[in-house]
Amino acid sequence: MSATTAITPDLVSAHQLTPDEYQRIVRILGREPSLTELGIFSVMWSEHCSYKSSRRHLKKLPTHGKHVLQGPGENAGIIDIGGGWAAAFKIESHNHPSFIEPFQGAATGVGGILRDIFTMGARPIAVLDSLRFGSLSVPRNRRIVEGVVEGIAHYGNCFGVPTVGGETVFDPCYNGNPLVNVFALGVCRHNEIFRGVASGVGNPVIYVGAKTGRDGIHGASMASAEFTEESSQKRPNVQVGDPFLEKLLLEACLEAMQTGAIVGIQDMGAAGLTSSSCEMASRAGTGIEFDIKHVPQREEGMTPYEIMLSESQERMLLVAGRGREEEVYRVFRKWGLDAVEIGQVTGDGMLRVLDHGVVAAEIPAHSIATEAPVYDRPHNVPPYRPAPLEAPPIPGADSNASLRKLLASPDLCSKKWIWRQYDYTVRTNTVSGPGADSAVVRVKENGSALAISLDGNGRYCTLDPREGTKLIVAEACRNISCAGAEPAGATNNLNFGNPERPEIMAQIVESVEGMAEACAFFEVPITGGNVSLYNETLGEAINPSPVFGAVGVIKDAVPPPMHFQAEGRSIVLLGGLGHTDPARFGGTQYAKVILDALWGLPPALDMDYEKRVQIAVRQIARHGLAESVHDLSDGGLAVALAEASFGPNSIGAACQLDSGLQPELLLFHEAPSRILISTTAADKVQLIATEFGVEAPVIGVTMKGSLRIRNSSGVLIDCALAQLQDEWQTALDRALHV
Amino acid sequence: MKVGVIVFPGSNCDHDAFYAVGHNLGEQAEFIWHDSHSLGSVDAVILPGGFSYGDYLRCGAIAKFSPVMAAVKNFARAGGLVLGICNGFQILVESGLLPGALIRNRGLRFVCEEIALRVESTNSPFTNACERGQVLRMPIAHGEGCYIASEETLDELASDDRILFRYVNNPNGSARDIAGICNPERNVLGMMPHPERAADLILGSNDGLAILQSMARSLARAAA
Repeated sequence: MSATTAITPDLVSAHQLTPDEYQRIVRILGREPSLTELGIFSVMWSEHCSYKSSRRHLKKLPTHGKHVLQGPGENAGIIDIGGGWAAAFKIESHNHPSFIEPFQGAATGVGGILRDIFTMGARPIAVLDSLRFGSLSVPRNRRIVEGVVEGIAHYGNCFGVPTVGGETVFDPCYNGNPLVNVFALGVCRHNEIFRGVASGVGNPVIYVGAKTGRDGIHGASMASAEFTEESSQKRPNVQVGDPFLEKLLLEACLEAMQTGAIVGIQDMGAAGLTSSSCEMASRAGTGIEFDIKHVPQREEGMTPYEIMLSESQERMLLVAGRGREEEVYRVFRKWGLDAVEIGQVTGDGMLRVLDHGVVAAEIPAHSIATEAPVYDRPHNVPPYRPAPLEAPPIPGADSNASLRKLLASPDLCSKKWIWRQYDYTVRTNTVSGPGADSAVVRVKENGSALAISLDGNGRYCTLDPREGTKLIVAEACRNISCAGAEPAGATNNLNFGNPERPEIMAQIVESVEGMAEACAFFEVPITGGNVSLYNETLGEAINPSPVFGAVGVIKDAVPPPMHFQAEGRSIVLLGGLGHTDPARFGGTQYAKVILDALWGLPPALDMDYEKRVQIAVRQIARHGLAESVHDLSDGGLAVALAEASFGPNSIGAACQLDSGLQPELLLFHEAPSRILISTTAADKVQLIATEFGVEAPVIGVTMKGSLRIRNSSGVLIDCALAQLQDEWQTALDRALHV
Repeated sequence: MKVGVIVFPGSNCDHDAFYAVGHNLGEQAEFIWHDSHSLGSVDAVILPGGFSYGDYLRCGAIAKFSPVMAAVKNFARAGGLVLGICNGFQILVESGLLPGALIRNRGLRFVCEEIALRVESTNSPFTNACERGQVLRMPIAHGEGCYIASEETLDELASDDRILFRYVNNPNGSARDIAGICNPERNVLGMMPHPERAADLILGSNDGLAILQSMARSLARAAA
């Protein structure tokens, strides 16, 4: 393609720009764009970069709170964690690339989010992943699982950041569209936070890191389209990651930041050099001018179009104070990295790209970065809901067999096969690693610890996007509360189908409003996040799958473990047995695994009660009253009791449940606001519960080697732990390697 | 004891080793950059885990040519204590300071987990604070930790009492369950498990401190 290519309607449409959007470009420029300019607009105005379908709804999310130091709009959000220290964190999706090329797609997803963290001046100390795959009975899905896990392991392990937790879900709706959402968190001092600003007219604009190649051109636009048969032809759009180079970039950037010579810095993520340059200029109210001849290139003959749109990995753009360049170069030389002045900050507000002195693109930086079209996509229809409201009859079944089948199901079985491949102990901060309700990492710098939980539930959100999303916010906050942590901030990844379909847009709007309501209620502000739309293959949308990541601070005290520790302890069910009915049972794992059905409504959430349960469990944990704490979630009470029994000491439970509920509902319903606590001080636990108006019946006692549950009419569950645990532990490996 | 922690560009357990020595053990630690020709005045050296120079070739194959490794070799030849952990073990083997090789794990996957490690010999400056047969718990985290060597070498390691640690349950296919070996002079130890990650009870185990304490004790004795 040459720079003088005529801009035809076909070319505009090939760039996924509508005729109206094209007219908007012409208005902004006051003329027809060049091909390079068209490319720049197309990536910056892609759904992925511009949030054009979601922006007006995202504004509903609460973003302020007492801990928030940096809200949305930067590379990552930042919260105060005490002692002059701060945590920077965010979640990003790499869904589309991970379908096309699972290993590199997932690997570069990790790389991208890590750069978002260290570009803020924070050293990454934890990664978590939220993964959603298609059914394991399909061979291709098994290969995607293996590739994604290996890709995450490859990148994170080599970079040296522990992958400490996450979630993995399997559902046929993700068959053609897996979701790979990666969360990263880093720590920095309050007074050493860096931002992506190109301040100071005349300051040098410096390119650092890997050379630019032709990989990933149009990655951002690919992430903004549905999958079709031709998508697999887009493999060259997927970037290739080099974690070693990223490690060098991390060390060099943090060291260069210490010199005081850096004014602003931003990673080249989606839309590469284009987004970093115009966003940095836009934030500072300046312009940037550079010549592509100075950009380090991996290949010969690259055009300005290709250089501006390349998504080659492990690159950063920074602005240094004029006269202090050498301090920056010295650091990058030490780490063996390219650092080249490609241009300077200007006062005219333009992004001006030169090709050997000839202007190839000249666009008002602020306009590209902030004047993307914002759509109020129609959503005046009920959300898409492929499930009946009416509950089918729920037949009585052998509860022992049901429990075993549930524990060996892909969603509920042990994910150790996955996380054993991740280095989760590097950096020596992992207090609670993968498999726990929340990950807990200590912060050596200030003596605190951070609890982190990622949660999603596509089934709940399909039945009711608003209530389903509130439930996942409640769940994430409950998980970190179980560690004694108070939620301080959160990030979200909104994974949905095609927003141009009103019934999908309605899901998005309902979900975001539900999240806004719950975040406000639980006082957990959103500090940033990601939106991934067009998750459809051949017209088939995924379940609405928002993922919520909550971060909380633990000032002192070690979080209680999730497993029962010793025999003869009282088991308190904080929150009580909970309420359900057949209509509220259709989103459960029991309905999915045993009945192969989806119906009705998600479990009912009483947010006020939930909040009191969370406050109570935090107090119980902080006072050291609990020997173990485990949250009830997917699979309900019976599954939670089994999970709490799968500790190193093989301590199970004998429980007596006083309830008239049908056994299937009693054992497996998923009402929220419930937490299992084993304790030697049941009276003190109950005293705290009473103080907050929370039920806290003692439902049983811990015992060695087996799990027994009775109700008033007899024995429901009686299983030897060893066999149960073995099936739970090996199920994923067996399902993957049939 | 003053421990020099070698930093290759891709080392990622350098901070952990530094913290274990400095904070958990309460001894002195300092970083030594990979292009240094000298180790300064350190009493012992740790080659930490990580991916030295990316390790896209064989693990440790490039590190052996680094300036600092020439200094480490001289230091070892003069009797200095050298502890190579994980990637550090791989580098020691590539550099010829220890025999054998480390190849892809049996199962071909990266493995991270806490394992049990049996102390096979206390006759070394790295294990003299342990008891023979003592079981230490500490994490492993590696993709290429399967130790192999010729039968003669393995026999020699055994007969010379140079196998300092064996896995209780072999996680990676290492020959004869070998987790750590020393050189004939017994001042160079290479091991795949991470003692520096088991130096604090809040992380589940501080068994790894026994190895660092042994080193401090040996140096104190030698100085006395």
